[in-house]
Amino acid sequence: MDRIPILRMGRFLLVTIQVDMHDRLALALQDDLTNRIVSDRAKGVLIDISSLEIVDSFMGRTLGNIAGMARILDADTVVVGMRPAVAITLVELGLSLPGVRTALTVEKGMELLRAPGEDVVNGDHPS
Amino acid sequence: MPQDDRSGVANMVRTQENEILDEWMKLQMAAGSRRPDLINESELRDDARAFLATFSDALQASSSGDGKEWASVRSVLDRVSRTRAHKGFTATETAMFVFSLKQPLFTRLRQLHGKDPDRLANEMWNTSALLDKLGMQTTETYQKIREDVITRQQEEMLELSTPVVSLWNGIVALPVIGTLDSSRTQVVMETLLQRIVEEEAAIAIIDITGVPTVDTLVAQHLLKAVAAARLMGADCIISGIRPQIAQTIVHLGVSLGEVTTKATLADAFALALARTGQKVVRVSTAG
Repeated sequence: MDRIPILRMGRFLLVTIQVDMHDRLALALQDDLTNRIVSDRAKGVLIDISSLEIVDSFMGRTLGNIAGMARILDADTVVVGMRPAVAITLVELGLSLPGVRTALTVEKGMELLRAPGEDVVNGDHPS
Repeated sequence: MPQDDRSGVANMVRTQENEILDEWMKLQMAAGSRRPDLINESELRDDARAFLATFSDALQASSSGDGKEWASVRSVLDRVSRTRAHKGFTATETAMFVFSLKQPLFTRLRQLHGKDPDRLANEMWNTSALLDKLGMQTTETYQKIREDVITRQQEEMLELSTPVVSLWNGIVALPVIGTLDSSRTQVVMETLLQRIVEEEAAIAIIDITGVPTVDTLVAQHLLKAVAAARLMGADCIISGIRPQIAQTIVHLGVSLGEVTTKATLADAFALALARTGQKVVRVSTAG
């Protein structure tokens, strides 16, 4: 069975989903990722879903679960590059992924991870 | 002998095509349903000639009124209906084009078969049924074209009413004007999300100054749009909340959740600039 590669970039783990997700693949990713967070002592996980075109309730829930597990293991999760259609589907399914941080591009996602705990956009700039 | 019946009318139309055309034209020119302001005589004659020519050809092959032999007649009728629908004819005026052919044909049938009432009745019935079928087709095409126009206008209105404007680098705004219903929310959401991707916007401002009332359903729709934008990585600010709307929202017990709200678009814009770490300063004119 094929697996989704997990890349290590410094203290962060990078996951790029480039194939159609099915349930077993999602569960395998969840397994691999939690193991890697522990073994690599990762501080953050960036999941790029810009190639993901179809998402169902199970996938949405799994994404939320991964973020929850990562948080317990003391790592931030940022989901980047969600397509408009996918976002609409998730909202219509009632899955607004509370607790998952999101960013538009990988670049912005990395900025978000590097500024732990604080949204980059919430920096203390005078108005 | 059906073969004979058919060739009766078919031959008549073929041999007397020009006479029928002249008489038909005369009738159409005199008829009340003619619109001299919309179509002139030569155009009318061209239409009539084209129809009669294909009609005559098709009649030679079959008298059914459908099938591939009648495809060219149908295409002529489609063209006629389409141009008339665009020019502003009514449905009746469009259909009369075909129905007015009955009179010249029936006159000729009576001359041909006047001594044979059975045959005459038979021929008239067949011809009448055939022309009715063609007439109905013009009405159908006409109606379809009008419906296309309505659909297109509806779509254009939806598009026009949801402009997403770029306020600043990375800040987009969506002024919503009019009532938000489900289908509209769908379009609003799609355009907003699409523009967020295109502009790589970190902040989206939804301005509801132009929304007359906010009930629980509208609030829910707004929250959906905000949630979808957040999933893509953009923050949403809702602005333009009028005092009455604020009262309604609280009285209805609607919860806008953790969405940031501002009274005016200017406030929202200032907040958006602050969040993206930018500010607008007055150019010093002193000195």
